[in-house]
Amino acid sequence: MTYEPVIGLEVHAQLKTNSKIFCGCSTKFGQGPNSQTCPVCIGMPGVLPVLNKTAMDFIIKTGLAMNCSIEPFSRFARKNYFYPDLPKGYQISQFEFPVCKGGYVEFMVDGKLTKVGLTRIHMEEDAGKNLHEGIEGASHVDLNRTGVPLMEIVSEPDIRSAEEAAEYMRKLRTILRYIDVCDGNMEEGSLRCDANVSLRPVGQKEFGTRAELKNMNSFKNVAKAIEYEIKRQTQVLEDGGHVVQETRLWDAGQSVTLSMRGKEEAHDYRYFPEPDLVPVEVSKPWKDAILATMPELPDAKRARFVSEYGIPEYDAEVLTLSKAMASYYEEVAKLSGQPKLASNWVMGDVMRELKNDAIEIEDCPLEPARLAGMLKLIEDGTISGKIAKTVFEEMYRSGKDADTVVKEKGLVQIADTGAIEKLIDEVMAANPDKVADYRGGKVALFGFFVGQVMKVSGGKASPAMVNDLLKKKLA
Amino acid sequence: MELYSLTLHELRDLLAKKEITAKDAAFSYTRRIGKLESDVKAFVTLTPNATISMMEAAEKAIEEGKAGPLTGIPLAIKDNMCTKGIKTTCASKILANFVPPYESTVTSRLTDAGYVLLGKTNMDEFAMGSSTENSAFDTTRNPWGLDRIPGGSSGGSAAAVAADLCCAALGSDTGGSIRQPAACCGVVGLKPTYGRVSRFGLVAFASSLDQIGPITKDVEDCAIMMNVIGGHDPKDSTSADVALPDFTRNLKDGIKGLKVGIPKEYFVGGLDHEVYDAMQEAISVLKGLGAEVVDVSLPHSDYAIATYYILATSEASSNLARYDGVKYGLRADNPVDLLDMYRKSRSQGFGPEVKRRIMLGTYALSSGYYDAYYKKAQQARTLIKRDFDDAFKAVDVIVTPTAPTAAFKIGEKTEDPLQMYLSDIFTISVNLAGIPGISIPCGLTRERLPIGMQILGRHFDEETVLRAAYAYEQATDWHTKKPLLSE
Repeated sequence: MTYEPVIGLEVHAQLKTNSKIFCGCSTKFGQGPNSQTCPVCIGMPGVLPVLNKTAMDFIIKTGLAMNCSIEPFSRFARKNYFYPDLPKGYQISQFEFPVCKGGYVEFMVDGKLTKVGLTRIHMEEDAGKNLHEGIEGASHVDLNRTGVPLMEIVSEPDIRSAEEAAEYMRKLRTILRYIDVCDGNMEEGSLRCDANVSLRPVGQKEFGTRAELKNMNSFKNVAKAIEYEIKRQTQVLEDGGHVVQETRLWDAGQSVTLSMRGKEEAHDYRYFPEPDLVPVEVSKPWKDAILATMPELPDAKRARFVSEYGIPEYDAEVLTLSKAMASYYEEVAKLSGQPKLASNWVMGDVMRELKNDAIEIEDCPLEPARLAGMLKLIEDGTISGKIAKTVFEEMYRSGKDADTVVKEKGLVQIADTGAIEKLIDEVMAANPDKVADYRGGKVALFGFFVGQVMKVSGGKASPAMVNDLLKKKLA
Repeated sequence: MELYSLTLHELRDLLAKKEITAKDAAFSYTRRIGKLESDVKAFVTLTPNATISMMEAAEKAIEEGKAGPLTGIPLAIKDNMCTKGIKTTCASKILANFVPPYESTVTSRLTDAGYVLLGKTNMDEFAMGSSTENSAFDTTRNPWGLDRIPGGSSGGSAAAVAADLCCAALGSDTGGSIRQPAACCGVVGLKPTYGRVSRFGLVAFASSLDQIGPITKDVEDCAIMMNVIGGHDPKDSTSADVALPDFTRNLKDGIKGLKVGIPKEYFVGGLDHEVYDAMQEAISVLKGLGAEVVDVSLPHSDYAIATYYILATSEASSNLARYDGVKYGLRADNPVDLLDMYRKSRSQGFGPEVKRRIMLGTYALSSGYYDAYYKKAQQARTLIKRDFDDAFKAVDVIVTPTAPTAAFKIGEKTEDPLQMYLSDIFTISVNLAGIPGISIPCGLTRERLPIGMQILGRHFDEETVLRAAYAYEQATDWHTKKPLLSE
């Protein structure tokens, strides 16, 4: 039997607010344990939460960017459970009335536009962190993270493969970074993902029993864990067994998912409306004010790049993955007047160098203006595309502009008919037998002559002219 | 006349005229406490250091002409309001050594107004109870009869005011915890509209019902206290951003033409006949003052207790989850693991009534029961609130007895929690509806125990409630009666 995977993701995105969701404490990462706490976030007796308006602005912005309906009435609820990193004994979250409902995200998988629906986006507070390592006979609790605002973005079970899941995550991150509400760092935990994975026979409507996967802290791990889980469940079903509804942890070291059974008790969270907060009513003016701050979103930018710059859909998708990359490209395209050439260079050489240096486009040592300058030299024939590779490398390393590099290295293209004819004559004189063979019908030797001419020119001869002139001379 | 027997406004006038000093006022009370506290047991913690430093600050303010509305007035605070650097126990073992590093909004407003703290008063543990018998430390005695309960949960505050151990006090009221002890102790107690007074720093019992209010010797004192503690607080999202009137402004305008509603549902079975008679007498006094008395109906009153004990316990089960032995308060010794630490700490730290309510609330919120209990109770709450909204279309205030009986004997109802819950039968609906209500003395039983009358008003209309209470009070002399205590 062939099975179809059914996957839904629950993504927790940490909002980039300066202060926590219900108090004024800083949200800065990596500070000394419990240095960023106050009576409110550590849940001392008698304290009360006050909602951070910026956090609300951010979730509304996210909802608008992901095509959700922003609910006019939303309400917080208490999720009750005991754990040392949860100082109040309950987490303030949302249950019946989330801020955002519905919506969808679109992204490319294998050149195909794929759409995943959203169930809801709700707001909640983060918990703290229990520390066990390096402490003899005790555990400590760091409550710096307690009360950091989180959004939980819940997808519909629309995802059908591990690759789709990873691409969906990437797209979520792209959007969150575009609208600047989350830094999207999976390793630091500011973007976290749980996956619900089940299988069903192809053609069947009902869902199979799902397992919930946790502990996947990179895009790669999201894909690998789901991939593994699909294989595992397929095996279970093919062996005539039943998938157990449970939580499984991804073990990146062993590349397997492991059951958490026995470690986790069945929870009854006893949700009820949070009486310490008033319901939030999002008015149209509030929504409009946020809409007014909305930047061009990746999908719109991609479409515009295709229509405005005439670049392929795939290029536009890659170039718009990050706002900074898109801006970089767009500047090069505009300054050079060569959008297609710009796209080739940015997607090729620029991205390769960034990858080699393991840096982001924001830190690229080659400014768009200098790259554009080089593209102009290619376009006006000053340098060949091949020479440009050398120029690019020198520019990237030295910080010099293209004109300087070309001048210093004497890399100006030889585009003088007489000079090239002279080189061709030299090559023909040195290879009389090959000339005879070519004229005798071995036309495949043409490439050899081109190569030789380019070589003696030190790579500087205009390849187009070499072609033209060689054809005439050899005829 | 001893200073301790004066009302707040009388004491304030003497201080303003510099006929007495803040020190005279404070020492009059500390001496009185020294003599009577061992009989009354109104306090969990006496705060002599704070008393002296605040008294000195008051002296200085008066000297510099910077006196505020309560400068030099000695007050007592219920021990569930956080006082920075001063133990705040909620009369619970689990918080027996808890010293808050922050100040509640109400006490910081009192501090700004110049008050002098005498101590933190006893209460039922976490404000759960009607007699202070649920205090983990001691049961407060009713100054009118030391073998009787002072009411609860703010029994310590009410007894302290009644016994002249403080000039006035703050209590908190979730289902009657200010008004019922005020009635039992023959003093004035106001539960303001929900949202009128900030709850920041009030250790939560049931967040949607809790409200802080004054317990005072007369109605004018109550208005003065409300002027200080009321008003919006950005630290409490449920505190209403509405204008705070000067509650003394219309206080003495009389009640001629005021429409007073008498709900028939409050004058049936279980109501003690002496209380009934006192109420009839009080109603005729109101008529005599020009009020128009009309019958009203609050048809869903019967559901109030059930509704309350689902909602209040549900919220409490969650509010009290933080006492887990991890961060502060009591932690049991030698737990074998985390779960054992939770179990032991909470078993040892909470008293039986608190445990009972945590279990009730946990049950009511459990999946599968939520709709039948919590959700249903919320719907009933809406109906109860609507009863009052409808009644207040026809009347300006509603008058009822505060409690069905006068103060009962210590130990009389401890074995029967349901009987104990019925002590709040006339006060609970008011919290569910969120409206203001005051209890003022309106009689004494043959055994010379105080009887309280409750006056209820529209949301944020404490002014009318106080005006009606003041008019009645001035037409009678119940508020001048004192318990016979020998020093």
